[in-house]
Amino acid sequence: MTAEAIPYEALGRPIRGPRALNDDPARFWHLTFNIAVNQWKLRFFGSALGYLWQLVRPLLLFGVLYVFFTKIAKVNGAHPGDRSYDFYGAQLLGSIVLFTFFAEGTMGSVRCVLDNEALVRKIQFPRMVIPLSVVLLTLFNLTLNLVVVFIFAFVQGVHPMLSWLELPLIVLVLAFLVAGLSMLLSSLFIYVRDIQPIWEVINQVLFYSSPVIIAVPAVVLAFAPKTAANPHGFDVPFLTHVYMANPLAAVLEQFRHAVVTRAAPSPAAVLGGQAYLLIPLAIVVGIFALGFYVFNRTAPYVAENL
Amino acid sequence: MPRSSRSVHDEAAILPANLALPAIAVRGVSKTFRVPHERTHTLKERALHPRRRSGHQVFHALRGISFAVQEGEFFGIAGRNGSGKSTLLKCIAGIYGVDGDIWRRGRVSTFIELGVGFNADLAARDNVILNGIMLGLSPREARKRYESVIEFAELKEFEDLKLKNYSSGMYVRLAFSVAIQVDADILLIDEILAVGDAAFQQKCFDVFNRMRDEGKTIVFVTHDMGALNRFCHRALLLERGSQVYIGDPQEVGDRYLELNFGRDPEAKGMTEGRGDGDAKVLEAWVEDEHGKPQPAVPQGQRITLRARVSFMVEVEDPQASVYVHNEEHKAVLVASTVLEHERSGRFRSGETAVFSFTFDNVLAPGRYSPVFNLAHRGSGLDVIDRFEGAFSFVVTAQQALGGVVDLPVQVAVQRGDTVPAPELPV
Repeated sequence: MTAEAIPYEALGRPIRGPRALNDDPARFWHLTFNIAVNQWKLRFFGSALGYLWQLVRPLLLFGVLYVFFTKIAKVNGAHPGDRSYDFYGAQLLGSIVLFTFFAEGTMGSVRCVLDNEALVRKIQFPRMVIPLSVVLLTLFNLTLNLVVVFIFAFVQGVHPMLSWLELPLIVLVLAFLVAGLSMLLSSLFIYVRDIQPIWEVINQVLFYSSPVIIAVPAVVLAFAPKTAANPHGFDVPFLTHVYMANPLAAVLEQFRHAVVTRAAPSPAAVLGGQAYLLIPLAIVVGIFALGFYVFNRTAPYVAENL
Repeated sequence: MPRSSRSVHDEAAILPANLALPAIAVRGVSKTFRVPHERTHTLKERALHPRRRSGHQVFHALRGISFAVQEGEFFGIAGRNGSGKSTLLKCIAGIYGVDGDIWRRGRVSTFIELGVGFNADLAARDNVILNGIMLGLSPREARKRYESVIEFAELKEFEDLKLKNYSSGMYVRLAFSVAIQVDADILLIDEILAVGDAAFQQKCFDVFNRMRDEGKTIVFVTHDMGALNRFCHRALLLERGSQVYIGDPQEVGDRYLELNFGRDPEAKGMTEGRGDGDAKVLEAWVEDEHGKPQPAVPQGQRITLRARVSFMVEVEDPQASVYVHNEEHKAVLVASTVLEHERSGRFRSGETAVFSFTFDNVLAPGRYSPVFNLAHRGSGLDVIDRFEGAFSFVVTAQQALGGVVDLPVQVAVQRGDTVPAPELPV
């Protein structure tokens, strides 16, 4: 019997290397979930306060910003009668927690493939598990942190609203953004190691250029609009659209509107129509698709390029 | 290269007979690695030298490998260090991207290294379950099997201990137990038998035997020709990324030893001009039972060591001796012309002679370095020339039993008192 006599066609599709995904979604999920759970266990292993440390960082940041912006800079008193600053503490804490999720998820996944070098080099498993388990781990943290946000909101006097049901959707959009970026960053990092410091800076920029501390309306009000009397003003509607194209802006603003107070305008209201929300949404989808594509392309050669 | 590549395209060898669909098929698989001279990773380097292609050389780890493994077959991959056998296993495992096609049918479990993915800070239990999931079990299955795993590893009393507090032996035992718990149809094993103590190794062998009996397809990478012979139905021999031979594991074992030791059978030089130089040993070699010079001779044949001597001046009754040293530099065989040919004759200037020593090859497998000593008649201390270090040969055998020589031994087992008790003089 010759080598040609092997019925190659009957064998189906040949494998040519590792892949980003596998054919068994259940296994993919189990793997991602269990890695995330074990990492979670490890993170707080042996520390007396355990999970609480996870909270300390955003809480400290919150404390500083809260004191500064309510007692010194007084953002909430800038426009008397503006109710959109109600429960500023809850707004700020919630925004910080959501942004922390974004920052930890993306920064944590930059190095993740390299950190799991032993696995990548020696076990065959869907490579996408690695960045996604990082995202899942930060999602666990986010969930617990959100509980604290709600407790804080209750203490401040926020009333339960039906629109709280939007929260999972808000988190989902954000999680998609983080997942897309983590796939992109982790695969680029293999080839260009500068991604890590660059991304740290970008994170800082995003923190201040997203409505974490100051809600969108206040940002908009800071720019004098172009009118007949003031020809040197800004094209405010356009700038608003640019500002809100940042998916983080839309997510944080929607969070304020849906979870903390209806007085905070929804991003759709800021933009002047639901349809405009498609822009940040399209950017999220675009980043996710790009991240997926890049990761998928690099997955077969990750083991030898580390 | 001796006896090379005859069977590479021996069709019956590529495929076992009565074949349905193979469990693993590999067709024309090549693998190259780009080895950069200096890796440019930073943006600055890229920006400053956008056009500079980072210098690299292409390393061909595998070239055009083709074979098929039948379902239920125990298939060995042998080769020297760097011959590409582990790379081939990783390609089959789907860890490296390859040129060419690889098919696998059934669930695959890879044992490239034991304990991959173990986390030293987690207890045995978490590690076992996570590893089981990595290897393809569902969490429920992994939990269910945990007990049997920890029992097999004999680590029940240490199950809550973090792995960093394990001894290396315990660690390996746990890792092996995890690896074998998976109900894979295809197992890819990369010399992990070399770990653990003797008792545990025996356990591993038992497991592999059981798996073979259960009809699992096993691909096994090894240096150990003994294991290759004991387990494998067929084997593949790799040399510098090319397949040299595929088929009978015994043949693979023999060729492996040849490749390993018989690199330069004709190596010369090294002869130190000891002695008075009245004659010179020109060359030495070993012949198999057919009288053919070989770099390696199998055990059991009647072989001949020969040395050619050229005389510079007239020498009367020289005596030649050979000391066959093994790898531990022990002379395992010494022979001389003194006993039977004390009067070896008178040799004129310019004449050459060949001294031969023929014996049944009972030497244990390994490399031997004969030393020829030519001396004037007498005590043997009046050395004419000494031929040392320029020639060695290899003895091949199916297995190394551990003795210096393997003399034919008759073994018997008798029941009852048929053999009287020894009566020793007091």
